Amino acid sequence: MAFTITLYASLIIFFLGLLYRFATWLSRETGFSRKGAGTPARFLCVFTGIISVILSKKIFELIRVFFLDILLQKRILKESFLRWAMHMLIFWGFILLLFMHAMGQIITAPIFNNYESTLNPYFFLRDFFGAIVLAGIIIAVVRRFVLKVPRLKTNGMDIYAIVIVAVIILSGFCLAAMKITSETEYTNMVDEYAGLQGEQARALESYWVYEQGLVSSRVAGPFEDEVLEQGKQLHQSYCAYCHAPAQSAFTSYSVSKIISPVATPLDRAGFVQIFWYIHFLSCFLALAYLPFSKMLHIFSTPISLLANAVMDEEDSKPENIATRQVMELDACTHCGTCSLYCSAMMGYEAKANPYILPSEKLRPLKALASGRKLDNAEEKAIVEGIYLCTNCDRCTVVCPSGINLRQLWINAREKLIQKGPSEPLILSQLSFARGLNRKRIPKEIYSIPIEKAERAVREKFEPLLASESPIELDQAAHGGGLPLISGTTFSYCFGCQNCTTVCPVVENYENPQDKVDLLPHQIMCSLGLGLTETAMGARMIWDCVTCYQCQEHCPQNVRVTDILYELKQIAVESAALEAENDNKAGGSIRS
Amino acid sequence: MMRYSLFIGCQIPSRVPQYETAARAVFKNLEIEPVDIRQFNCCGYPMRNVDKKAFLLSSVKNLALSEEAGLDMMVLCNCCFGALKNAEHIMSEKGRLQEEVLEKLREMGLSYQGKARIRHYLSVLFHEVGVKALKKHLSKSYKDLNIAVQYGCHVLRPGNVTEFDDPVNPSIFDSLVSATGATSVDWTNKLECCGAPLMGINDELSMDLAGKKIKEAQKAGAQYFCTSCPYCQIQFETVQNILASENHGTEHLPAIVFPQLLGLSMDIEPEKLGLETNKTDITKIESYLSKE
Repeated sequence: MAFTITLYASLIIFFLGLLYRFATWLSRETGFSRKGAGTPARFLCVFTGIISVILSKKIFELIRVFFLDILLQKRILKESFLRWAMHMLIFWGFILLLFMHAMGQIITAPIFNNYESTLNPYFFLRDFFGAIVLAGIIIAVVRRFVLKVPRLKTNGMDIYAIVIVAVIILSGFCLAAMKITSETEYTNMVDEYAGLQGEQARALESYWVYEQGLVSSRVAGPFEDEVLEQGKQLHQSYCAYCHAPAQSAFTSYSVSKIISPVATPLDRAGFVQIFWYIHFLSCFLALAYLPFSKMLHIFSTPISLLANAVMDEEDSKPENIATRQVMELDACTHCGTCSLYCSAMMGYEAKANPYILPSEKLRPLKALASGRKLDNAEEKAIVEGIYLCTNCDRCTVVCPSGINLRQLWINAREKLIQKGPSEPLILSQLSFARGLNRKRIPKEIYSIPIEKAERAVREKFEPLLASESPIELDQAAHGGGLPLISGTTFSYCFGCQNCTTVCPVVENYENPQDKVDLLPHQIMCSLGLGLTETAMGARMIWDCVTCYQCQEHCPQNVRVTDILYELKQIAVESAALEAENDNKAGGSIRS
Repeated sequence: MMRYSLFIGCQIPSRVPQYETAARAVFKNLEIEPVDIRQFNCCGYPMRNVDKKAFLLSSVKNLALSEEAGLDMMVLCNCCFGALKNAEHIMSEKGRLQEEVLEKLREMGLSYQGKARIRHYLSVLFHEVGVKALKKHLSKSYKDLNIAVQYGCHVLRPGNVTEFDDPVNPSIFDSLVSATGATSVDWTNKLECCGAPLMGINDELSMDLAGKKIKEAQKAGAQYFCTSCPYCQIQFETVQNILASENHGTEHLPAIVFPQLLGLSMDIEPEKLGLETNKTDITKIESYLSKE
């Protein structure tokens, strides 16, 4: 009764949950400028898209991906044999258990008409499949908690996934082991199928204790050969037609041997029932919670692999790309492969912002897509995280779930830098890719994030540049103390202006000072006067192309370009410090 | 057989993949064995503007990896090369930041002693293979082909750091191009910046600089740019295309990466060199080739 009710309840939750998740794929947005299409329109696009793929030559591509990437998981194998072994063991073990054991009556019985779960090969196979999953779980635990794969982060969902699978499998083994040893189960069965009395009953029981792992309080070894022989014959006539030798369930049998000293009290305390409840309840919990857990990847990851095999940036409909991107957020299994090879990984090591790692970025993006508002610290971190990316596409190449992370970043990034706080990284060469793709961004908003960033790093120092403002001498007092690591080579400057003469930026303008505030030699001169902050306010430092002409041509070996680099770095640091002070209450997510 | 760890950086695999395939094809002919180190990450160059620690950590980790493999490093990108050389230079000066970097590497089980030599592949071709030996591998030669050689800033300067060539009057790249029979033309702002570092930050300025280079190269009679850096290459292709579409009045001057130019004269099939992948049409360059 309890079984039936929980089964149907969890099935209902499972299907409603799935429906809900599918619906979010069709209604949410991951990023920027895809507004317009509502859920029905997107559904229609998905539908026609699928039909047109099935009717085209691309169907062969789908079939190839289905076999190689989904059933054989070649993409995981490419990354790591251990991970592949782990995933194949859990995946195939679980699938086979599902079909042969959990849904045995629905699937296996109609196919094999001799199906009986307690007979071989099924009895053996059930145990074997369980053992396969268990081996996979052990590898997973070792990988997550012992091997210390670099930058492999473990969150609550990862732990839940391992724990729930482990509970299902271990409770299954315990249940089987309890049944092997259980006197109660044995007695019930003998009463029902044999109805033996007296000497015969003892002979059969002796045989079961001797051969089938039963732990009995009524008979005890050593047994005489005749008794065992008689028991064997009784076993063959009453039991063997639906009971394979207990040893064939090798794992459960081993467990039963371990628990045998305490089997009798456990049996009397009703542990067969207890493990049975744990086993089916954990299965149903996993089922009901599946749509809301990492385990949804059972559906979403194959869909992602298939979708990405046949979709491309240029030809696919924007509605379908929007839908696919939301779906991809659910297809991430948090395996950490992307973060293992991320080109910007050392940016993470330097800044300790986990959102720099691709595998960790998806969580806040998911939250944003669901409409949740991030707090200031988190928003700042995700903006920095999504921008500290060299656009090398490695994450996309290695992702075993086939997620087009590259496109996801581009899409989410634009929205975040448009709406989020200013991000100084925009003033770095990381912006190259965005510049190249400027055509995809509406003209009127393209420069907003750049201007925002520039304002943030310059606004404190800019007033110092005004020609009517007096030169503050106390700036020299504290500004002169700024740690310019390129040494104090600026002090060698004797004002020959070579740096300015060879500067291609200066050369580009008719009235360069209007454009760049201070010319390179003026910056060196300002530094010489201790006016570091004035120099930091000059647009020149941000317009420097870092071509090193100035430094190369300085007769005094002033490291002009290096100094400009450092002025930028210090200006950013000082702006960050300011923002942090303004935002103290916001907290920090840095690890 | 010369062995180097091959550093391709981020731009090449994502935006100029033909550069890598062409380079590998050429290296194979020249018996240079590139070794791939999968754990290589960004050279740090793009972070240098705003975060010195992130720059240095990124750069030095790569050097430590190459050192661990006992290999000198061969770099295909000027900006990577410049960043790595600058990082090496900075690490040779002692300081707190340098200590932090070494400490972080230690945590990752790496050590850095500056043993791996950082080489630009042009430098390897010129000094290790040599123009004379290189010519022996060439079966075809260009006739009447004028090339505007683009050295790129970060390989040349600062000369005392990059140690590539004479920073004011370089000749390595010209000699290599001349070896193929092509003529390296002299042009006004040959040693100037392509503008790439400002693309995405100050696009106008970046495109001005690129536009000027294109104009000057054309004025000098060049038919193609030849580059040895993905940033320059992208600037002369993608950005030139943007310039053309936004009607800044520049005519088209296609750009080829050096391994493609060299590969063709080695008679490597054009498909292997990815000629079709370029974003400016360079397929006609084959018509300048003739058997020696």
